[in-house]
Amino acid sequence: MRGARRKTGRDFGRRYVQLIAAVLYNCHITGFATGRIYRGSFKGICAPGLNCYSCPGAVFACPLGALQGALAGSARRIPYYVLGTFLLFGVLLGRVICGFLCPFGLIQELLHAVPLPKIRKSRVTRGLSCVKYGILIVLVIAYPLIRIAPGFCRIFCPAGTLEAGIPLVLKDAHLREQIGGLFSLKVAVLAACILLCMICYRAFCRFFCPLGAIYSLFHPIAFWGIRVEEEKCTGCQACVHACRMDVRRVGDRECIHCGDCRNVCPERAIRYGGGSKK
Amino acid sequence: MKDVRKTVRLAVLAAAVILIIVGIRENGFREVMSRAVMICLDCIGIG
Repeated sequence: MRGARRKTGRDFGRRYVQLIAAVLYNCHITGFATGRIYRGSFKGICAPGLNCYSCPGAVFACPLGALQGALAGSARRIPYYVLGTFLLFGVLLGRVICGFLCPFGLIQELLHAVPLPKIRKSRVTRGLSCVKYGILIVLVIAYPLIRIAPGFCRIFCPAGTLEAGIPLVLKDAHLREQIGGLFSLKVAVLAACILLCMICYRAFCRFFCPLGAIYSLFHPIAFWGIRVEEEKCTGCQACVHACRMDVRRVGDRECIHCGDCRNVCPERAIRYGGGSKK
Repeated sequence: MKDVRKTVRLAVLAAAVILIIVGIRENGFREVMSRAVMICLDCIGIG
């Protein structure tokens, strides 16, 4: 059947990379036991994927948190260091980071394995994929500039609630005493996100993640990722039909370079590599 | 077209490196670290 997806060893290879990345980002194991976050100098380096830096295990900074913090910081200076970091990650890997190096992407994929009815991709989901750009502009950029606070982290980020809020509140009685309406709101957002990810593949990634929105801007120029060999491609679109993201073609802004399309291409025209795209 | 992409790619890479270096000199690394080593009350929903 055209578009039928078969699992190969490559799928498990990507899963191993995701797991290793998740462990590396959160290797401060004692933090989960003590409820204390890592305070070493690695926290000055941003990890490429979405991983809350208040997670007790987090060793690196979150790029979105760093950007919002820099924008909300005093003197409104241009955050050269954070912007340079985004440019570096984007031009080297772009949304390969989403597919391979994002712990929250891994969590979404694991949630999607729960046996519940699934929502298929459609024009509606393709349209919804634009929402993340609005979230980027409003909550990540404008809110910190105007309200001097991290908008996305404060109001929305389910990774922060799951990886940091809940573990820290469970461990620290002092924090538990300070729980209020905002915590309840964030837990509700997290619950909704979890449910949505169970029935819709990578729903947060596709519709709401501002980090994916930023990396998607680099899709024409990223050094490494999925590539289509033009001379072999017949335009059968088996790759697009098999893809669970809202791509119009392999390697576009919605492509997370997971490689599922390689398994279904009858001409074996799809590969990972560097250099220019189709 | 491929040459244009390659040029843009290299230019963005160079800009990234320059921005990071300038940012480190302007204490950007320290600022990121100083925020990341504190529990972000907004992130955990306490505000």
